[in-house]
Amino acid sequence: MIESLDLSMVNWARAQFALTAMFHWIFVPLTLGLSFLLAFFETLYVRTGNETWKRITKFWMSLFAVNFAIGVATGIILEFEFGTNWSNYSWMVGDIFGAPLAAEGIFAFFLEATFFAVMFFGWNRVSKGFHLFSTWMVAVGSNLSALWILVANGWMQYPVGMKFNPESARFEMENFFEVLLSPVAVGKFTHATSSSFQLACLFVVAVSSWFLLRRRHQEMAKRSIIVASIFGLFASGFVAFTGDEAAHKVGQFQPMKLAAMEGLYDGEVGAPLLIFGVPNLEKRPGDDLPAFHEAVGIPYALSFLTNRSFNSFVPGINDLLYGNAEHGVMGVTEKMTLGKQAVEQLALYKGAKKVGNEAAAQQALVGFEQTSPYLGYGYLNSAEEAIPPIALNFFSFRVMVGLGMFFPLLFLALLIATLYDKIAEQKWLLVTGVASLFLGYIASEAGWVVAEVGRQPWAIQGLLPVGVARSNLTTATVAGTFFMFLFLFTVLLVAEVRIMLKQIAIGPEEN
Amino acid sequence: MIGSLELTQLQQLWWIICSLVGALFIFMNFVQGGQTLMFSLAKSPEEKTLIINSLGRKWELTFTTLVLFGGALFAAFPLFYATSFGGAYWVWIAILFTFIIQAVSYEFRRKPNNFLGAGTYEVFLFINGSLGLLLIGTAVGTFFTGSNFLLNDYNFVKWQHPLRGLEAAFNLFNVSLGVFLIFNARTLGALYLANHLKHDELVERSRRAAFVNLLCSLPFLLIVLGGLLTMDGYAVDAATGAVSLEAGKYLNNLLGMPIVLLLLLAGLLLVVGGVYLAHYRKSTQGIWFSGPGTVLVVLALLFIAGFNGTAFYPSKFDLQSSLTIYNASSSHYTLTAMSYIALAVPFVLAYIAYVWRSMDAGKLSLEDVAKDGENEAY
Repeated sequence: MIESLDLSMVNWARAQFALTAMFHWIFVPLTLGLSFLLAFFETLYVRTGNETWKRITKFWMSLFAVNFAIGVATGIILEFEFGTNWSNYSWMVGDIFGAPLAAEGIFAFFLEATFFAVMFFGWNRVSKGFHLFSTWMVAVGSNLSALWILVANGWMQYPVGMKFNPESARFEMENFFEVLLSPVAVGKFTHATSSSFQLACLFVVAVSSWFLLRRRHQEMAKRSIIVASIFGLFASGFVAFTGDEAAHKVGQFQPMKLAAMEGLYDGEVGAPLLIFGVPNLEKRPGDDLPAFHEAVGIPYALSFLTNRSFNSFVPGINDLLYGNAEHGVMGVTEKMTLGKQAVEQLALYKGAKKVGNEAAAQQALVGFEQTSPYLGYGYLNSAEEAIPPIALNFFSFRVMVGLGMFFPLLFLALLIATLYDKIAEQKWLLVTGVASLFLGYIASEAGWVVAEVGRQPWAIQGLLPVGVARSNLTTATVAGTFFMFLFLFTVLLVAEVRIMLKQIAIGPEEN
Repeated sequence: MIGSLELTQLQQLWWIICSLVGALFIFMNFVQGGQTLMFSLAKSPEEKTLIINSLGRKWELTFTTLVLFGGALFAAFPLFYATSFGGAYWVWIAILFTFIIQAVSYEFRRKPNNFLGAGTYEVFLFINGSLGLLLIGTAVGTFFTGSNFLLNDYNFVKWQHPLRGLEAAFNLFNVSLGVFLIFNARTLGALYLANHLKHDELVERSRRAAFVNLLCSLPFLLIVLGGLLTMDGYAVDAATGAVSLEAGKYLNNLLGMPIVLLLLLAGLLLVVGGVYLAHYRKSTQGIWFSGPGTVLVVLALLFIAGFNGTAFYPSKFDLQSSLTIYNASSSHYTLTAMSYIALAVPFVLAYIAYVWRSMDAGKLSLEDVAKDGENEAY
């Protein structure tokens, strides 16, 4: 039987994935964005022949390399973690999920690995043009790898292009292009990469601001700020655009996630988008307590965000749990009833098949086909399990959006101050520039919290809850490896940060 | 075009592709071999740095091949991915750890303020090249000796041994395969260094090391081959899919698939031939014989494991839970889609070869490493 048991093990497995993914995401955005900045710097060098641009390129490249190595180290574990901690998942959706991972290897990782060596060791070995080409290829390869893994993630949020096969008791792919080009996958890719460009620009800005504060390498720092601010401004515009689109898609395809992000319990026509609020932690679905102690919102904005219409209805948690006939919302409770029938019919089907009772198998199959879209809900123990953590989603979303709106202002201020050559005197701006790197990391990680915690309790939205997706492991085993990874990755992170700081302190001259 | 192939043909095609990626990974393990050789080959810190820089230009390709191997298995044989990784948990976690510590070591080793000190990162590289390969060998050994797992009606795995995969290390065949991989990687590593370095003494020492390590690998190779030709194997009934133990199954496979036998013999000959050229003829081209030879040997082993009605990931706990390339694979649609994606592989190999050639046009010398400077050289 498929069982959904042992929640403590599942929670440790989730914690482990969160830990490894969040560690990995410290390094990935820098790789994605800095690789393009390196390509810009080197292009300027090749176009102008100015050696300063070459020094700038090589300086940022040395930081890129340190970051890249640990990105690779933390990345390999993620690929295999699907198998180790989520083996039922790997079997049940491997037919769809494996393909993007393999494509990532073929199309992206080899580009990165091959041209990375040229980028670092090829300065004296290949022509200027081929070296520049290699730097661009590293950027393209890195971002292509992001494409494939985000397609895989997008599919977990919005599973399309597949069908459940009762014979093999797994989901099987029916249309590769539907998976690849699903609106959620495209949205994930564009939002994650553009926000990574933004973060890499903040990194360049932070280091350069620090140089200016210390009155060192000022020429290099100013040039770096100009390139990073321009790129950062473009990236920020794109982040805002794709972010709005991503939230719209969440509203369309993952309404429970949106309701959790907004702390919206009772659906509304013309719902406001909260700017800030203090969620009432006592509040439970179905009760009469207020959802917020304090809240300030923009009228009608949530309805517009969700449905692109100011007077549309946005379902809340209560509507999604218990149903709302007036607005045509089917509740989790009803889905669970159908889901339990699907689970039962599937078991009957498998049992009949096993003993060779074809007639009974066919009868069970008919029953199963009628209810199969709700199969995943059959494994939930209570409707309330379908609600993701509200406060965490609510605040993560606001932190991400708030910071996302602040960064373009910073880039603009830095760009103007540098172009007018006033940047060195603007201490407050430089200090903000240094601090903004940490804000960038917070915004970036908060985005993933919303994406992943917001999908709970589903490994695959609506189809496969985490409790079924897990491996058959003891809590102690998974907790054990959690702490092993925590220890190892912390040690490596400390080493990485120390090396980075030293490299920055040494600066470009000595490179 | 590909879509018109039968499911069984696609399954066989994908077993060949996965085997090829696995075989290329074992060839690329010359990096791991070099990592365990550097302590004995180098007589000075500069020489060690030269070796590490030579390997450092290739390590990522090896690493990427491993990642691709994982990805290809996931995509083509998801039930193997789920069963083995989720079941033989500790052995895979241990293998992954040795690759995590490898990935940072090249870049961090000589950087100032690196927290753990250069020596620690060198030990990391050694662990990756020794323990990492030993465990990979024992894990692959279970393709023949079997594992302890049970699959339920929904194909969910329950491992039946508390050591969760590490129990494979208590089997002579599995361990011998692991030790053979270590020595073979060292042989290839030595041949690679002999080919890539511009340093007469190191090249000479490498040639000798290739010979010594080949000799060391032979007893373990004999145990593996001897075991393979005599052990019972896991045969699949073509009609019912039932799995049973068959005496001399792997020998029968070799005899039943003469091409595989030919691959195995040609591979062994090439491995030995490469070392012969290096040691007796003072050639630097040995890697181009022993490397492809290794590919052929691994291909032959994996073909024996998966083809001719054989369960490639057998369960000795419950024979009927054993995985074959037919019951563990993805659907017809996915294998077809993946095959189109795989059409890009020759193109990928072509640009890797092109870049490799242009980067290695000149051999690597101490001066080159010095020229790369403190911050770029590993």
